[in-house]
Amino acid sequence: MTTQTLETAQDTRTIRLADGDGWFTVCDRELLTPGRGVAALLPDGRQVALFVDRSGRVHAIDNRDPFTGAYVLSRGLVGSAGGRPFVASPLLKQRFDLETGACLDDDEVSVPVFAVRAD
Amino acid sequence: MPVSTPPTALTAGVPTIVVVGHGMVGQRFLEALADRGLTPAAGTARVVVLCEEPRPAYDRVQLTSYFSGRTPEDLSLVEPGFMERHGIELRVGDPAESVDREARTVTARSGETFSYDTLVLATGSYPFVPPVPGKDAEGCFVYRTIEDLLAIEEYARNARTGAVVGGGLLGLEAAGALKGLGLDTHVVEFAPRLMPVQVDEGGGAALLRTIENMGLTVHTGVGTQEVTAGEDGRVDGMCLSDGSSLETDLVVFSAGVRPRDQLARDCGLAVGPRGGIVVDEECRTSDSAVFAIGECALASDGRVYGLVAPGYEMALAVAEVIAGNAASFTGADLSTKLKLLGVDVASFGDAHGAAEGCLDVVYADSRSGLYKKLVIGQDGTLLGGVLVGDADQYGTLRPMTGTVLPVAPEQLVLPAGAGGPVTLGPSSLPDDAVICSCHNVTKGAICEHTTLPEVKKCTKAGTGCGSCVKVIGQLLPQPADQGLCGCFEYTRSELYEIVRTLGVTTYAGLLDSHGREQARGGDGCEVCKPTVGSIIASLAPTVGASGYVLDGEQAALQDTNDHFLANLQRNGSYSVVPRIPGGEITPEKLIVIGEVARDFGLYTKITGGQRIDLFGARVDQLPLIWTRLVDAGFESGHAYGKSLRTVKSCVGQTWCRYGVQDSVKMAIDLELRYRGLRSPHKLKSAVSGCARECAEARGKDFGIIATAQGWNLYVGGNGGATPRHADLLAQDLSDAELVRLIDRFLMFYIRTADRLERTSTWLDRIEGGLDHVRDVVVHDSLGLCDELERLMADHVGGYRDEWAATIGDPERLRRFVTFVNAPDAPDPSVKFVPERDQVKPDLDILAGPVLAIRTLEGTSS
Repeated sequence: MTTQTLETAQDTRTIRLADGDGWFTVCDRELLTPGRGVAALLPDGRQVALFVDRSGRVHAIDNRDPFTGAYVLSRGLVGSAGGRPFVASPLLKQRFDLETGACLDDDEVSVPVFAVRAD
Repeated sequence: MPVSTPPTALTAGVPTIVVVGHGMVGQRFLEALADRGLTPAAGTARVVVLCEEPRPAYDRVQLTSYFSGRTPEDLSLVEPGFMERHGIELRVGDPAESVDREARTVTARSGETFSYDTLVLATGSYPFVPPVPGKDAEGCFVYRTIEDLLAIEEYARNARTGAVVGGGLLGLEAAGALKGLGLDTHVVEFAPRLMPVQVDEGGGAALLRTIENMGLTVHTGVGTQEVTAGEDGRVDGMCLSDGSSLETDLVVFSAGVRPRDQLARDCGLAVGPRGGIVVDEECRTSDSAVFAIGECALASDGRVYGLVAPGYEMALAVAEVIAGNAASFTGADLSTKLKLLGVDVASFGDAHGAAEGCLDVVYADSRSGLYKKLVIGQDGTLLGGVLVGDADQYGTLRPMTGTVLPVAPEQLVLPAGAGGPVTLGPSSLPDDAVICSCHNVTKGAICEHTTLPEVKKCTKAGTGCGSCVKVIGQLLPQPADQGLCGCFEYTRSELYEIVRTLGVTTYAGLLDSHGREQARGGDGCEVCKPTVGSIIASLAPTVGASGYVLDGEQAALQDTNDHFLANLQRNGSYSVVPRIPGGEITPEKLIVIGEVARDFGLYTKITGGQRIDLFGARVDQLPLIWTRLVDAGFESGHAYGKSLRTVKSCVGQTWCRYGVQDSVKMAIDLELRYRGLRSPHKLKSAVSGCARECAEARGKDFGIIATAQGWNLYVGGNGGATPRHADLLAQDLSDAELVRLIDRFLMFYIRTADRLERTSTWLDRIEGGLDHVRDVVVHDSLGLCDELERLMADHVGGYRDEWAATIGDPERLRRFVTFVNAPDAPDPSVKFVPERDQVKPDLDILAGPVLAIRTLEGTSS
């Protein structure tokens, strides 16, 4: 009884990324800290940056920072501007919209966005 | 008796205006003459001013501010060059002694006689001293002029207790001055409440509680019966009408003022039965060539006005009349707003509710000393009010007197959270609302200007009692936003104060309570998160937050460098810098660093701060590397943080034949004391063992150079893109004095600097510069030093090595993986190629063009 109560109190959701026609299971939702990202490795070798914002929504974009080529976007700081969440690259601080992948500091640059669900 | 003749041809043949008295109203009158072109410089009049005091007009309303550091010169109301520019003959220290109305001459104390065509009496008032026995004993004063103030200050040096007779406006000013001089202060008021003229019973009660809480003793409803003196003739006490007595070393009479009308009486002008020179609506006396203005005049409504604003109105009216125009003064309201002993007190309009059928809307909170009353007429118009404890609304309410308020009056007096207050911004005022009642300036006139100095210069608004300055500020275009970022309208130093005083321990809590409206509840941004994280970290031991930068929410605030406790490099790898205090290291430890670098394939380089940087570590390698380093006795060097980096040193007296102190030991002590201290930007230091300065201490944020007598402390140095030599803060300090001064300096910097502002730019930016910083940290001019030292003691006591704390905690170690779903997989993008017998990043893998740099922060070393 006690065990069961504890389990339901925990976040038992799982994060999945769209992978072709199906969903690729990444990790438990509780491994993500709101406001901070993690990197995930897809079976084909691509790297994805996963974020949870303060309201609890999960976002996924490509982990590669197009300005430096380094795979570091998951280590940037999450913020929001006009209600839209973004991540700022930890290298040279350009910001990327987490919902569209568009760079907020350079109209001509964007990063791929991944469909993601947590349930 | 010779009659003075005009000094220049300019004023020959033009009418002469003689002004008797150069106080606030006298000066306002001169300005009004100048505005209307009635000056010698304009060739239209000769103007002679006879002034009794030894200095030109000064701001008597602000007299008490002398004790908070304003000099008599600061209080002057006469713009430099004013008299010369307009050709006005001002004779200070030479009062008028007699008037011959028949011959139209005035004779001054110097013996000189001046003919006049128009005479303006602005002789003001004198303090009323009740005719009690002993009132002339040594140690009895009045409170009226700068000279009175200087005499009280001098006498108070040998006094412990002081009593003020009179609990009105001036009495409380005087009491504030005595308290400021360090005396135990008593206030004796005959009326049953304080400030009986301005505030009602409820307001007086709120005022009483607040003033008693400040440590003043108030006696209301009692009169002074006698002032007693000792054998030496000096005051030693007072007997009160209730039979009690009071020991006191000094007595200040501040029981009201009386018009100075003796000169007028002597020359046969009509005066009122209780004093005051009788004037008509044009402020003309019973002699049509003589005017009287200000506190010496008994106005046409039968009142003597003891406030400056009505005096100014009279001055303007007379200038207008002399210029040949129609003007009149028929009375004024007694609105006032003051800060007495730090308490806001305001009353305006019909404050006592004298109008028939009027109703009061009152809010009173004795606990917090708040009292607000609005007097509302039967038809809903605002007639007047009293505000005690919080008079912010005075500026908007007073101009609305006589109109029907746009909202229910109770909403204006209730405190926040109780259905109010509705803030009636000055924007809701009509253009013809008078904002500055001292100078009768309307909102419309103020809005023609864009800056406060311009408003003051062109309209004089805000230069009288100053109570309208805040509202003027709200009417002017707002200056560029000084806020930290899009999320906070506060600067870093303001946020520091908020966190410190309110004990805020989380970023989200601060954002939701103090963020901009549109940012609350959001995710913040990359600017404020690390800034607030750093503030909370530097105050952690004091506000009770966790000092470990990776705990809880703090983890999400840190730049990646702080997040992984290492420095991110261009290919996504990190570098590691163990602390090597003072640059001193044993061969054993050097070997450990060499072995770790070899075993993990790291590139090694000596830094500018006398330590060793190990490059090319993957995230997952960091805990392994640090386990080895911590085992060997190393700790974090904080090369990744906005915090103390290194304290560099030369080898010093121990080895060097020139050295005069042990610079290495001092450098080690300082580095260990300030390690881990979170600050607005990185901090560097150095200690040189002699004046040859081999440690380059003057290029550091705080640099120490040994002397034969001790240590010289230099601050604000910098290398980098804008080099600056550090300035000498203090010299020949002992070890303990040096440490104490650095404690204070660093904490003051952390408290007041902007985000990413090094000590060099901070020192150049802050008002008063180095001198101010020296006043604060050496002479304790702000009384902050105890607190600054305590904050540093908290930091020193609360320090723990972040890496030791990390590798001992599996939960904290969990983040050190490249991929959340493949903890054991190394990052395939972090690869290296050989160069000069070591490694360098393989940038081909990254293969992206290098694009524009947005900002550059967070370099190591």
